[in-house]
Amino acid sequence: MSNQPALRTENLEVTYTGNRKVTALDGVSVDFAENALTAIIGPSGCGKSTLLKSLNRLHEIQPNAEIAGEVHFGDQTVYDTDDPLPEIRRRIGYVPQTPTPLPMSIYNNVAYGAKIHGDYSREELDDLVETCLRKVNLWDEVEDRLDDPGAALSTGQIQRLCLARSLAVEPEILLCDEVTSALDPISAEQVEETLESLKEEYTIIMVTHSMDQARRLADDVVFLYLGELVEANDARTFFENPQADRTKEFISGHGASTYLEKSSDESDSETQTDEQVDGSRDRPTAVEQ
Amino acid sequence: MSSTTDHGAGTDGNPGTPPSTDDARSDRLEWRLTIERLSSYWLLGAGLFAIALFGLIVLTLVQQSIPIVSEHSLLEMVTSSNWDPAQEEFGFLPAIVGTIYVTVLSMAMGTPIAILAAIYIAEYAEGRTKMIVSSFIDVLAAIPSVIFGLVGLIVVVPFVGDYLAPALGAHSIGLGIVTVSLVMAIIVTPFMISLSVESLEALPDELRESSLGVGATKWETIRSVLLRAAGPGIFSAILLGFGRVFGATIVPAMLIGGQTAIPDSPFDAGETLPTLIVNDFGELMSLPLTQSALILVGLMLLVIVWLFNFGAMLVRRRLKRRWQY
Repeated sequence: MSNQPALRTENLEVTYTGNRKVTALDGVSVDFAENALTAIIGPSGCGKSTLLKSLNRLHEIQPNAEIAGEVHFGDQTVYDTDDPLPEIRRRIGYVPQTPTPLPMSIYNNVAYGAKIHGDYSREELDDLVETCLRKVNLWDEVEDRLDDPGAALSTGQIQRLCLARSLAVEPEILLCDEVTSALDPISAEQVEETLESLKEEYTIIMVTHSMDQARRLADDVVFLYLGELVEANDARTFFENPQADRTKEFISGHGASTYLEKSSDESDSETQTDEQVDGSRDRPTAVEQ
Repeated sequence: MSSTTDHGAGTDGNPGTPPSTDDARSDRLEWRLTIERLSSYWLLGAGLFAIALFGLIVLTLVQQSIPIVSEHSLLEMVTSSNWDPAQEEFGFLPAIVGTIYVTVLSMAMGTPIAILAAIYIAEYAEGRTKMIVSSFIDVLAAIPSVIFGLVGLIVVVPFVGDYLAPALGAHSIGLGIVTVSLVMAIIVTPFMISLSVESLEALPDELRESSLGVGATKWETIRSVLLRAAGPGIFSAILLGFGRVFGATIVPAMLIGGQTAIPDSPFDAGETLPTLIVNDFGELMSLPLTQSALILVGLMLLVIVWLFNFGAMLVRRRLKRRWQY
C-alpha cells in the first residue's frame, strides 16, 4: 500500500526452549504497511501471537524464548539495536487480548505511560487524557467518573480504555492481540469502529480469529500456518483471489463461519500447547509463566 | 461445538443408549439423588463441626477466665507490671510489652526482606535459579520452630551478646527480646515470601504486558502496577506473619530469658504472652486463680490473632473488589 513498510520482519525465528523445544515462528519475512490495518490470521498454534509480540519484543517476558532474525522499524532495527527497549515499546504499543485495567483510576490508566515518558503539567495531562479517551470514543461515557477504578468499567469499555492507554504515549504502531475476542458483539463492534478510525493515524497490526473481522477491517492480511508464512497480501486479493493452495483451503473451509475454529478461543498460548486443553480455554497464562 | 454441558448427565433418556431400561434408570436416578441429598448434609455437618469447635474453645476460655476477671479488674491487670501469683498479683504488662517488642521488631526486619525476595523470585529469577531459591524457601518455611530455637541458642545468642549489643552500646546476656526477634524474623520471612510470591504469580501476564507495552521498564511495572495489584495478597501475607509472630511460643520460650519485669531496652530479657503461659504452666493446678489468669492470657492471644486473620481477610476482600485482581 505505502512505499515504505512501517515494520518489516526478516527471517524471524522464535523458539521456546522449555521442556520441549517448540519452534513458534520458522523464518517469517513479512512487510507491514504504514497507516494500514494488517490482520494476522491462521489456526490456533500457528504463532500469530508470537509474531505480534516479537514485533516489540514482548515475548521476552516469557522465559526460554529464543529469537533469530530481525525486525526493521523504519531505518532502525528492533533487536540488534542501541535504542533502549522501553523506547521501542513506546513507539510500538501493545494491547493485550484480555481487557486488562491497571490497578488505578480511569484517569491514571490513560496517563500511566505518559507520566512515565514525559514531564507533563497537570493541564497537559488532563488534555492528553481527554484527547485519548475521545479517540477511542470513551470520553462521553467516563467523563464524570475519571477517578473511579479502571476495573469498574464494563469489559468493552475497559478494552477501549486499554487502547487509550496505548495512544497516550504517542506510538507509531499499535499491536492488537485479538482485542475483541473477549467482548460481547456490541462492545466488539465499538472496538472495531475505534480501530477503523485509528488506522488513519496509526499503523495497526492485529491478530484475529475471526475471518469476518479480517474481511471487515483489514487492508492487508498475513496468513500463518504452523509458524510459517503462507501468504501475505492485500485483503481483496487475499480473500477473492488467494495465491496459495493452503489459503484457498483455509478460506473455503472456514470462510462461512465467524470463527475459524471452535478451539481458537484457546487464545495465545498456542505456541506452547499443541494438545488443546478444553478446561483452560479462557486463560492459559499458566503455560506462559 | 463439541462442548457437552452435562445438565441431567444422561438421565434424560438419550436415544442410542439401549442397555438399561427406563425402570432401571429411574431406580438408579432415585439412588443417585438420595446420595446427593445425604452428601450435602454430611458436608454441612463437617463445616458446622469446625465452627462448633472454635466456638467451644472460645467458650471454655471465657468461662475459665471469669474467676480472675471477677476478682481483679481487667484494666488493672493489663496495666500492672507486678506478676506474683503467690500474692495474687497478676500484672500482664511486661508480657504485653515484650510481645509488642518482639512482633514489631521481627516484622520490621522480616517484611522488607520478604517483599524484596518475593519480587526477585516472582519477577526476576528464572529457570533453575528460581526453582532452587523457591524450594529452599519452602524448606525453610517447613522447618520446625524448635530447631530454629536450638540454632538460635548456639548462634544468635552469642552473636547478640558478644557483638550486636556491644556494637550498639548496649548490654545483653545474649538471651532477650532482640534475639527472639531475629530468630522469629528468620522463621516468619519464608512464610511471608511464599504467600507474596503466590499473589504476584497469580497476576495475569496481560498486566505485565500492558505496562511494558506502553514502554514502562520492568521496575516501573513492578512498582506501580504489580505491587499494587498483588497488594491485597502481600498485605494479608504480612498480617498472617504478624499473627504467627504474635502467637509464637517455643522460640520465645527458649530465647527470651524469662524475666517478669518490664524490659528497659530491647536487648533485655523479657517475656511474651505465650511464654508467660508456658513458664507458669506448672502452677496451674495448685493455684486456681493463676490458672484462670493464664487462661485469660490465652483468650487475649486467641482474640488478637483472630483479629489479625479477620483483618487480613477484610482488607484483601476490599482491595480485591477495588482493583479486581
